[in-house]
Amino acid sequence: MSAPQFVPISPIFGRFTIDSLPLHEPILVATFCGVAVGGIALVAALTWFKLWGYLWKEWFTSVDHKKIGVMYMILGLIMFLRGFADALMMRAQQAIAFHGNDGIFPAHHYDQVFTAHGVIMIFFVAMPFVTGLMNFVVPLQIGARDVSFPFLNNFSFWMTVGGAVTVMMSLFVGEFARTGWLAYPPLSGIAYSPGVGVDYYIWALQIAGVGTLLSGVNLIATIVKMRAPGMTLMRMPIFTWTALCTNILIVAAFPVLTAVLAMLSLDRYVGTDFFTNDFGGNPMMYINLIWIWGHPEVYILILPLFGVFSEVTSTFSGKRLFGYSSMVYATLVITILAYVVWLHHFFTMGSGASVNSFFGITTMVISIPTGAKIFNWLFTMYRGRIRFELPMMWTIAFICTFIIGGMTGVMLAVPPADFVLHNSLFLVAHFHNVIIGGVLFWVFAAVNFWFPKMFGFKLDQFWGKVAFWCWVPGFWIAFAPLYVMGLMGVTRRTRTFDDPSLQIWFIIAALGALLIAAGIAAMLIQIGWSIINREKLRDTTGDPWHGRTLEWSTSSPPPEYNFAFTPVVHDTDAWWDMQERGAVRPTEGFKAIHMPRSTWAGIVLAGISVVFGVAMIWYVWWLAAISFVALIGTAIAHTFNYKRDYHIPAEDVARTEAERTKALAVEA
Amino acid sequence: MTTQDGAPAHSHGQDVAHGHDDRHGDGASHGTYGSYLLGFGLSVVLTAIPFWLVMTHVLPNQATGYVIMAFAAIQIIVHMILFLHMDNKSEGGWNMMALVFTLVVLIITLSGSLWVMYNMNTNMMPMSVEDMRQMP
Amino acid sequence: MSANSMTAGGENLDVFYDLDEHEHPEGYSTMLGFWMYLMSDCLIFAMLFATYGVLGHSYAGGPGPRQLFELPLVALNTAMLLFSSITYGFAMLAMNQNKVAQTQIWLFVTALFGAAFLTIELTEFASLIHEGATPQRSAFLSSFFTLVGTHGLHVTFGLVWLFTLMVQIGRKGLIQANRRRLMCLSLFWHFLDVIWIGVFTFVYLMGMLR
Repeated sequence: MSAPQFVPISPIFGRFTIDSLPLHEPILVATFCGVAVGGIALVAALTWFKLWGYLWKEWFTSVDHKKIGVMYMILGLIMFLRGFADALMMRAQQAIAFHGNDGIFPAHHYDQVFTAHGVIMIFFVAMPFVTGLMNFVVPLQIGARDVSFPFLNNFSFWMTVGGAVTVMMSLFVGEFARTGWLAYPPLSGIAYSPGVGVDYYIWALQIAGVGTLLSGVNLIATIVKMRAPGMTLMRMPIFTWTALCTNILIVAAFPVLTAVLAMLSLDRYVGTDFFTNDFGGNPMMYINLIWIWGHPEVYILILPLFGVFSEVTSTFSGKRLFGYSSMVYATLVITILAYVVWLHHFFTMGSGASVNSFFGITTMVISIPTGAKIFNWLFTMYRGRIRFELPMMWTIAFICTFIIGGMTGVMLAVPPADFVLHNSLFLVAHFHNVIIGGVLFWVFAAVNFWFPKMFGFKLDQFWGKVAFWCWVPGFWIAFAPLYVMGLMGVTRRTRTFDDPSLQIWFIIAALGALLIAAGIAAMLIQIGWSIINREKLRDTTGDPWHGRTLEWSTSSPPPEYNFAFTPVVHDTDAWWDMQERGAVRPTEGFKAIHMPRSTWAGIVLAGISVVFGVAMIWYVWWLAAISFVALIGTAIAHTFNYKRDYHIPAEDVARTEAERTKALAVEA
Repeated sequence: MTTQDGAPAHSHGQDVAHGHDDRHGDGASHGTYGSYLLGFGLSVVLTAIPFWLVMTHVLPNQATGYVIMAFAAIQIIVHMILFLHMDNKSEGGWNMMALVFTLVVLIITLSGSLWVMYNMNTNMMPMSVEDMRQMP
Repeated sequence: MSANSMTAGGENLDVFYDLDEHEHPEGYSTMLGFWMYLMSDCLIFAMLFATYGVLGHSYAGGPGPRQLFELPLVALNTAMLLFSSITYGFAMLAMNQNKVAQTQIWLFVTALFGAAFLTIELTEFASLIHEGATPQRSAFLSSFFTLVGTHGLHVTFGLVWLFTLMVQIGRKGLIQANRRRLMCLSLFWHFLDVIWIGVFTFVYLMGMLR
């Protein structure tokens, strides 16, 4: 057992002292002041406009999948700004740190920056975007009124927020992990990282992980049980199929993360020897286990993309998706294969030629179904009447960008090549290529596509195109230099450089990052401008793109209950089918609709979880004990509440539907 | 009852405690005293024999190992069928599919981890200073 | 009747809206959702088993299974858990026959067996620690305590849940919501017994064969 270093622990404050506050770091103090001023302004505005009650009743306690989906997206957006700030700091540091110049950040700070960048981007940007979009869209696409477990949905959201809050707290109180986003031991063990950083990491991820896992269970049950009559599996929209596979991956992968982080926690808190250097521990086992989670995780991020692009391509080509069945089978194959490739993340760790060959081959095999999908999209577009709206533009950008990232992935899949390229900037460029070109571009396509459905008005096209033309070249300018440098042998996570010939590449990369920053600014302007001009951009029909699936049959935004009458489905592209065969929207005979009640329990339980996590991080044992008991007690108390539903009266339904009838008539 | 392709069926409606029949609308089947007692009896036998084999060393170690693993697998199946009422009808076959998928993932990750880590340890972790001195 | 029949030749293609809708009953998704959760829990245990498999021979010069495990005690523990499984089964049978008092009695007996299991396990842990075979002593012991301990934690949680349910049944009787909860706990409880089969086989019995 590696004995924990002696840390003075006060019985009241644990290991928190005044020194835990980074008062001597001007950048952090300035950031804190900015955040504090902004936060106070926000709180003051909400109070002045008396919005707290509205926010609590209509949003924070809502179990409506549409509102929860929107809140996930807002969380993702806010955390994206933080994660991108980390990226800008890294670009700045690496562009300057030549000729003996130490750069802006000392090592202990820089290490936290790249760790936080990765953790935030994966767990608190990409995952919330993915979960938020699936949450909003899937029940509408399957003709349901909500997910299977609405309360659990609310709870899952607040647990994700809890994880994000925990990470953000580390910026101002204590420090974050300095280990990289996966926190490999022995560096992340108690002997080499005795501070609070890795504990912040662990608790943020464990709290958010609970939310994600339950969300996975929720969406699987929803897709299996809540489909509209007639919607067999092979009539589901393709986005719903990919959502199903994504959530299967979530339920099958996140337990692994839970177990690994729990074992790391035990090493740190109790002194066990799972991943230590001595007493029989084996740090390589951590890497093995964490990547058993980690590889399915990246497929979790990318699979919904295959659904979105299928929807977008067929909608904006005005054609049925080419090869629906093969798309479904390819998705299922990818889901299974995601579990047999994980070792390609550590070819160089020494498992030997036979193991490396096996995983190298499986990694190459898994690129095949993905390639098949790309061909399906191209065939969908072929001979279609393509409309280059923003979602379609992002699709084309994805196809061009992601393919190259995928190809560099196949290069890395060759173990001998990987021995040269592992942990170089080539690797960094590869995964940003697929994550930005894949995940981010699909999120942008999805947002532009479904924004009108969510809010009732389209996003401004001009600023959207500005953002597009900043992002796509910006991405290439930022990351192509990294491919070049990686092939030259430059290592990742490096803070200063001795070779002056590299500086030009880093400067180009920094310029690319600034171009991306302009793209992000343009997106924020796009949102703001669209809100201001929402009347001009109003979507009155509910179907601004001539969509093909059921969500486009509702108003924009949909009523609380989604569908006054559950649709009956006869074919894929159910809404298209209904329109083609002359379905008539019922305008009378409405019934009362059974809906779930809002709940305070989600936000309260998540809040207590955060208190528990923070108490554990700072070794404030009395608070940890109290909050743990409070957590269990509140959860049990909540189960004594059996009255969790109500009915929307038929008259209210009739009134809402009458308004829709009027709006549709005006449009006609 | 859900139809085979998974399209949802009509509901039973209100919150009523059903009179019991062996197949509920939710597709879950239930046991009988007989089936629970049978499961119990089988489990006792399938537990007692492995314990006995290990405690008395009747068979050589490796054979004992295989036998008790086989008995464990059988007892798990007994539990699944007689206690957990697993069949491929419950939840329209989704329960069975979820179980099969979980087993596949379990087998892949368990055997994969053991294989990978065995190779890692062989290549990267000599067990003692003497072993290290023996290495070429 | 709205068009729902998917049997061959039965689909009414002209119906697009379910005008005579019967909503899904409350708790329609519960059993499936709980089963999914249980599968994820199964994978947590799988990872703990994998870790035990990899690290279970690393004694770090300390005690191994043959010095530590007492098979008779483990056999007794296994019996306690197995009895608790069948008594829970009897509780479910009583629930299906709508017999509140009988259900409560069998639930209580189940809890007694579960508590006995935990007590025996805790005394086993205490004596191991007393002998110096602490979780910190070696990777073998770390993975042993974590695997068996996680199972024990699950049993503990199950007991808390069981007592809560007994209170709720006492207050509201065997309403549909409580029945669903009992069915979920049933899955959970039997699943824990399945995990225990893995534990006593791969940890205790195989350990003694080394």
